[in-house]
Amino acid sequence: MTTTEQNIDKILIPILEQVSDPEIPVLSIMDMGVVRSATIIGDLVKVEITPTYSGCPAMDVIGDDIKKALKHAGYESEIDLILHPAWTTDWITPRGRKALEDYGIAAPLEAEADKDVLLHGKRIVKCTNCGSQNTRLVSQFGSTACKAQFQCDDCQEPFDYFKCLK
Amino acid sequence: MKNENLYNYILGIADNSLILGQRLGELCGHGPNLETDIACTNISLDLFGQVRSYFQYAGKIAGDGRSEDDIAMLRKERDYKNVLLVEQPNTNFAYTLGRQFLFDAYHLMFLRELQKSTDLTLSAIANKCIKEVSYHERFSSDWIKRLGDGTDESKAKIQEAINDLWMYTDELFHQTDADKAMVAEGIGVDVTQLKDAYYNYVSEVLEAATLQVPESKYFHKGGKHGIHTEHLGYILAELQYMQRAYPNMQW
Repeated sequence: MTTTEQNIDKILIPILEQVSDPEIPVLSIMDMGVVRSATIIGDLVKVEITPTYSGCPAMDVIGDDIKKALKHAGYESEIDLILHPAWTTDWITPRGRKALEDYGIAAPLEAEADKDVLLHGKRIVKCTNCGSQNTRLVSQFGSTACKAQFQCDDCQEPFDYFKCLK
Repeated sequence: MKNENLYNYILGIADNSLILGQRLGELCGHGPNLETDIACTNISLDLFGQVRSYFQYAGKIAGDGRSEDDIAMLRKERDYKNVLLVEQPNTNFAYTLGRQFLFDAYHLMFLRELQKSTDLTLSAIANKCIKEVSYHERFSSDWIKRLGDGTDESKAKIQEAINDLWMYTDELFHQTDADKAMVAEGIGVDVTQLKDAYYNYVSEVLEAATLQVPESKYFHKGGKHGIHTEHLGYILAELQYMQRAYPNMQW
């Protein structure tokens, strides 16, 4: 279910990599895994994106930003929002995970570990400030639909954790 | 409309999320603490996102140019097909959580079946929604246990809420004509088949929360046919205010 083909024209990759998630500006939409296809058909670029969460208000902005970036590179484009296959946090690239951590958002754990953390209070999420695993869940829901709130009990840093979605 | 049954079927699913989302949105800035305030509005946002997918699809089926906003904002009370449960007020936090849990438990079972729909758009939406709804259900069932197995005060309040909301649960398993037609075509979910599993699961959670499972066999119905409790009119007055005051306005 989680392995799917992305069909993105190589020429377009550098352009799309310039577009970032408006809520998490350090993360390009390519590293986020929301671009599922981008192909040049005649003078038109057709791009398919998939939402992280259904209600994610960033999707409309991302669509507009892609159009702008492509226009700047000389392409007219059409953006389609597709729902199948559904986005999963597995599609965040290793470079994207690192960008998240550097920005102060702990990257998603595997599904089982994620459950242990969010439901059973297990202390395994690494603090993005000091690296300690002595961290606790403050709230299952956070500032955006994709995050939960944590705090480190060693350095006291409050930080976000990107929830696993599969 | 050529595909009227499918159109009505989609609205029947989406209206539950729309009205519950609106109810939860009322709590923005008014939750009992920061954590639950954010949780309720996050869940509301998920539900509205799901509604957009359903209504965009319904708009295509209607084929007359009506948009997701038209469907959400420009219908009259009798045209909303949501169950009575989701329009019940946020009387107190126990009612909000009780309503959420009683709906989430159903919603999750429903989406599991909708994933098997022969309609590829509906099954894709279900695939997407189910991930979010499992998270909602984790949150609400966890709170049922915390309140039930908490203090005498919290236990009394959640028990009262569950007892009062119980009469709206049976309607979840009623079928409309659109439901029956869609089940026959392999598109819709036969909700009558979910009933036993639902009550078993809900009872399990209530028992784990040291709560009594209500025994009353008196149930209300009507929402699916547009006959609502007095609360829906007030919800729509707020939901539709901008479109009624400034027709065709856009963000």
